[in-house]
Amino acid sequence: MAVTREDVLHIADLARLGVDGPRADELTKELSAILAHMEVLSQVDTSAVSGSTGVGVEGTPLRPDVGVPPLLESALESFAPAMRDGFFIVPRLATHEDSAESGA
Amino acid sequence: MTVENFTKLGAAEIASSVRAGDASPSDMVRASFERAREIGAGPDALNIYLHSDEKASVEEAAAVEKRLGNAADGGILAGVPVAIKDNIASLGLPTTCASKILAGYVSPFEATAITRLRANGALIVAKTNMDEFAMGSSTENSAFGPTRNPHDVRCVPGGSSGGSAAAVAAGITPLALGSETGGSVRQPAAFCGVVGVKPTYGRVSRYGLVAFASSLDQIGVLGRTVNDAALGLESIAGFDKMDSTSSDEPVPIYRSSALGGPAPDTRSPATEAIRVGRTPIPAAPPPNATTLEGVVIGKPKEYFPESLDASIRDLCERSLDRLRSMGATVRDISLPRSPLAIPVYYILAPAEASSNLARFDGVRYGLRVDPGKGLKAMYAATRSQGFGPEVTRRVLLGTYVLSAGYYDAYYKKAQAVRTLITDDFRSVFSSGVNAIFTPTTPTTAFPVGAISDPYEMYLNDIFTVTANLAGVPAMSIPIGRVRRLPVGGQIITAHFDEYTMFRVAYALEAALGPEAHQ
Repeated sequence: MAVTREDVLHIADLARLGVDGPRADELTKELSAILAHMEVLSQVDTSAVSGSTGVGVEGTPLRPDVGVPPLLESALESFAPAMRDGFFIVPRLATHEDSAESGA
Repeated sequence: MTVENFTKLGAAEIASSVRAGDASPSDMVRASFERAREIGAGPDALNIYLHSDEKASVEEAAAVEKRLGNAADGGILAGVPVAIKDNIASLGLPTTCASKILAGYVSPFEATAITRLRANGALIVAKTNMDEFAMGSSTENSAFGPTRNPHDVRCVPGGSSGGSAAAVAAGITPLALGSETGGSVRQPAAFCGVVGVKPTYGRVSRYGLVAFASSLDQIGVLGRTVNDAALGLESIAGFDKMDSTSSDEPVPIYRSSALGGPAPDTRSPATEAIRVGRTPIPAAPPPNATTLEGVVIGKPKEYFPESLDASIRDLCERSLDRLRSMGATVRDISLPRSPLAIPVYYILAPAEASSNLARFDGVRYGLRVDPGKGLKAMYAATRSQGFGPEVTRRVLLGTYVLSAGYYDAYYKKAQAVRTLITDDFRSVFSSGVNAIFTPTTPTTAFPVGAISDPYEMYLNDIFTVTANLAGVPAMSIPIGRVRRLPVGGQIITAHFDEYTMFRVAYALEAALGPEAHQ
């Protein structure tokens, strides 16, 4: 299944990656070549395989879904650039002056 | 302590000397840094280390010394300098995954594996170079330049844990941590002539290991000898509530496997005394005709193709002969779906990576490039400038195989074939085979810059990646040299049977003796 230039630009947009013109052409060739090697899987009979996404290892039983706080060396405030009301303050984007006015 | 003497010491010897009061942790740390300078571990030579702080390490060693006093319970790694792959979160030293996007990032928490090393008396001396985000097989994909192989500086050390393997091979540290997703500990171990262990998935906590492909990632150990690797794994293995995939299976004393027989009861006080270093392990007898009596070694035909380098095949056959001479039975077996492992891996690992690496967006970590055109443009500019070519390629590949219209054909299909590959291993081990022996890699270390085609590079993992897909433990040990470059032999066992894996490795190492490095 050959990948087109449009495919590359589409998935780059989905993956939040900027890909310029010449690199898009290179990636089109590279991804097509790599995916050509994957075609062999289409010939494998997997009809008897039940849907599984695990790694198939015994010894990793389900546990209660209880959050465990991270073991930080020091308090959050000591390594965050800035905090307010328990939230991190991240640098404002150059185009977000309007957000500042709305108090966001 | 001269540097020459230091490079000959294994982790076990250092720890026992420190516990006996015959050597100090400070001496060991100083000798390690002296060796690093002598061999050229910095960016202008072998480029093994990305981050180190000699002054802080010496101060830490002095603090450990003070804490130890004359205590015999200094830990099984008392005073042992250890190098850590740069994708394992450490306090004090940066954690960059050899990526520009994380340049300068210092973690506010520490990986469980490192915490356990320290609890056992080890001293963390450096973070090592690697392929960016562990994506590669040569350590050429580092944003900070390639690492060179200490055996031949024209060649790569393998990857992605190339810096850790090179540190051990060069005698800078007797022990190092690496990580595996498709062979990234075993392949560089083979290329650098050291021992590399990938434990069972779930055996070692992944807490603090920067995620690449979470269903495959495992922290592993590199050492110059089987005993040091066993010691290292004992130190870091075991249940951790911070990793939901961590197993609560008891951790045997892997070093006891050198003596043969079954693993001692993990709950007995005698075992506990050995675990903490209070009681030494008796010396193993020299190998003889009964050392591996009753052990069945599988030789899978798919890992010995006609195209395999004849010299590597010969060294594997020599190892199999040694195993037979110690009483093992070698049985021809088949793992029929193994040839499908590379396509499966290079669908599943990039798919998971495309999700895991979404967090590097210019907001939460490191690099931020803001062209002033809004949030989406900031994400794209940051990620494009922060990620190198191989990471970009894999994120795009992973996004593609997960995208609408292709999910069933690629991702879902690959998951199903992964199950079949795992079934092959289960079937072999349930048929009475105790361990599988294969070459670790199809070639020896290749020259820097020799491989430019991405898929050709992926084929370096052809013999290692199946163990990651199946979740079984595997290790590489030196079995000889071809044209002066090291060759590794791989031992694979059933889930959580690292004990048998080490038993075979100890025996083979002893039987080969100096031939393992000739």
